[in-house]
Amino acid sequence: MSSKARIATVSLAGCFGCHMSILDIDQRILQLADLVEFDRSPINDYKDFQGRCAVGIVEGGCCNEENVHVLERFRRQCDVLVSLGDCAINGGIPAMRNNIPLRECLEDAYLKSPGVYNPAGTVPNDPELPLLLNRLYPCHEVVRIDHFIPGCPPPADAIWDALVGLLTGKPVAPVYNRLKYD
Amino acid sequence: MPTSETIRKHTILPLTRVEGHGKVTIHRNGDGEVEQARLHIVEFRGFERFILGRPYWEVPVIVQRLCGICPVSHHLAAAKAMDRIVGGERLTPTAEKIRRLMHHGQMFQSHALHFFHLASPDFLFGTDGTAASAFSAPVEQRNVLAVAARHPDLAVQGVMMRRYGQEIIRATAGKKIHGTGAIPGGVNKNLSLSERDALLRDAGRMLAWARGALAIARDFTMDHLVELTPFGSFDSNHLSLVRGADGALDLYDGVLRAVDKDGNRLVDDVDYQRYLEVVGEEVRPWSYMKFPFLKKLGPEQGWYRVGPLARLNTCSFIDTPEAEAARRTFLSLTKGRPNNVTMCYHWARMIELLHSIESIRVLLEDPDLQGEDLVVTGPRREETVGVIEAPRGTLFHHYRVNRNDEVTLCNLIVSTTHNNEPMNRAVTRVAKDHLRGGDGIPEGLLNHIEVAIRAYDPCLSCATHAVGGMPLIVELHDADGVVVDRRVRGGG
Ligand code: SF4
Repeated sequence: MSSKARIATVSLAGCFGCHMSILDIDQRILQLADLVEFDRSPINDYKDFQGRCAVGIVEGGCCNEENVHVLERFRRQCDVLVSLGDCAINGGIPAMRNNIPLRECLEDAYLKSPGVYNPAGTVPNDPELPLLLNRLYPCHEVVRIDHFIPGCPPPADAIWDALVGLLTGKPVAPVYNRLKYD
Repeated sequence: MPTSETIRKHTILPLTRVEGHGKVTIHRNGDGEVEQARLHIVEFRGFERFILGRPYWEVPVIVQRLCGICPVSHHLAAAKAMDRIVGGERLTPTAEKIRRLMHHGQMFQSHALHFFHLASPDFLFGTDGTAASAFSAPVEQRNVLAVAARHPDLAVQGVMMRRYGQEIIRATAGKKIHGTGAIPGGVNKNLSLSERDALLRDAGRMLAWARGALAIARDFTMDHLVELTPFGSFDSNHLSLVRGADGALDLYDGVLRAVDKDGNRLVDDVDYQRYLEVVGEEVRPWSYMKFPFLKKLGPEQGWYRVGPLARLNTCSFIDTPEAEAARRTFLSLTKGRPNNVTMCYHWARMIELLHSIESIRVLLEDPDLQGEDLVVTGPRREETVGVIEAPRGTLFHHYRVNRNDEVTLCNLIVSTTHNNEPMNRAVTRVAKDHLRGGDGIPEGLLNHIEVAIRAYDPCLSCATHAVGGMPLIVELHDADGVVVDRRVRGGG
């Protein structure tokens, strides 16, 4: 294993937009490859951690038990944990489900939705499907989070500056005109 | 029911280089033979329910948060639906062309991302030149950074092509991811001359690289045709939009057309406002993703594929010259009949990549993009369907909006959902053909299964929009191990 800092990333209950914004650093991704080694991440084929990581980047909040387990594992394996984007920070758009009873949701989607064919009247319930949480939890309500990068998604430049700051140990001054709310 | 002694189950979790949240289980019997493999969509988010009660104009901005990989598709499908709510579906030329440009930008970036960042490690790292060995390349090599180390030129092209598509999206939607450009009845900005000139400057280079990417996909497929033809393959029906007037490939708008494995028309150019007469969706207990089918043929026979392969099988021609020539070469392989080879998705995808950059160049030269007439409205409607061809296939958005502007019904059938049955079949086929005997499954062979899934470029993220739920007992611990919440059954 090389001596480069290791980075792991994961998407929990997110839309992958934050991961796409990481890729929007464009050519700098090749520079990044000189600075770090990627541990488990959706962009490679590692299914689990290969070693201890300097930085863990988390997209999305927790909507099911599996998200919680993965997040706890990230906390154990990473020196520094970063909540990337509004979903990780406050649940984001998926947290709009928090005020709606699950049963109502379930009947709407699998029994009542137009065009649905469900002669047995069942809803998905296989043991392979992880249990849903009653609501969306932001990551910092589940484990300790060290840094937060806001935005939906955060702009690529903000991600780049934060990463370089973390890897070189230099503090990052937020650039306020980068933040957009829509 | 088989008992647990006789069934051995293998799980692949998480799926990697696939965008979204899913897992695969492989079920083997006591003799070690594969009985079945399943792709489970394990996450749920609930868009169709929580959008209810929101004002209609928020919808194009909210629903794209289903998917950060092709947000433009959701943004535009919802906007097209809301055009009809405000009676503005006959867009001004400026608005329609800005949206088409945005959509081609999206196609270009998404297809480039899929091909270079996600799938290319499977093509480029063959150890003895066979497709099977490529799929079994060591795990450290199967990522885009390894591609960058071995083929730096290609990696840079992939990165820059994706970036070009993203720049088009930023110029037309205001933001690279989750923009706001399309509004009910039109768009909120045109394209300035300086934006146009910047995009035109790079267009020639992008066209050249798109030709190169197409050549890689075509040559890889042709060179390994013998192994690729059976890989995760089966005959199927195919569905897409085609242009109403002449059946041309049209990614932004059109009518619904479906063909069977031999090319016979099953759905003959139907107005998509009537989509509920055409498709139904079956619920199965082991996945949050439903299983759509053509109502005419029923759930057993009526399943179909969507996406690049399906589009090339349904359309009558492509209206840009280089992509049309490439389509003819593609179809000559199957003597003009539909191509049912799963691994040919990649080749079809690169033909579309070329079509998009050709279309982008034509659009950028059009002075309508600088027009100032951006929005139209007319008599209000209450119910509406918006359909678009997203990078991964046909995307349906169906809404009802009441007089207080609140959404009262939302039904979404996303591209990846249409491919649910096909992906499950592809996985089962690969598992049956490649996994035999023994207790474990070699890591390289597991990648075979993901290769088959990746051919569909599934956006599992999109597919988790549906609301579902299971009986649940949840304890949530905070960072110090203290229980912060506990709920029992049914939630809410
Ligand atoms: S913060 Fe926005 S971009 Fe990021 S995962 Fe959530 S919805 Fe997607």
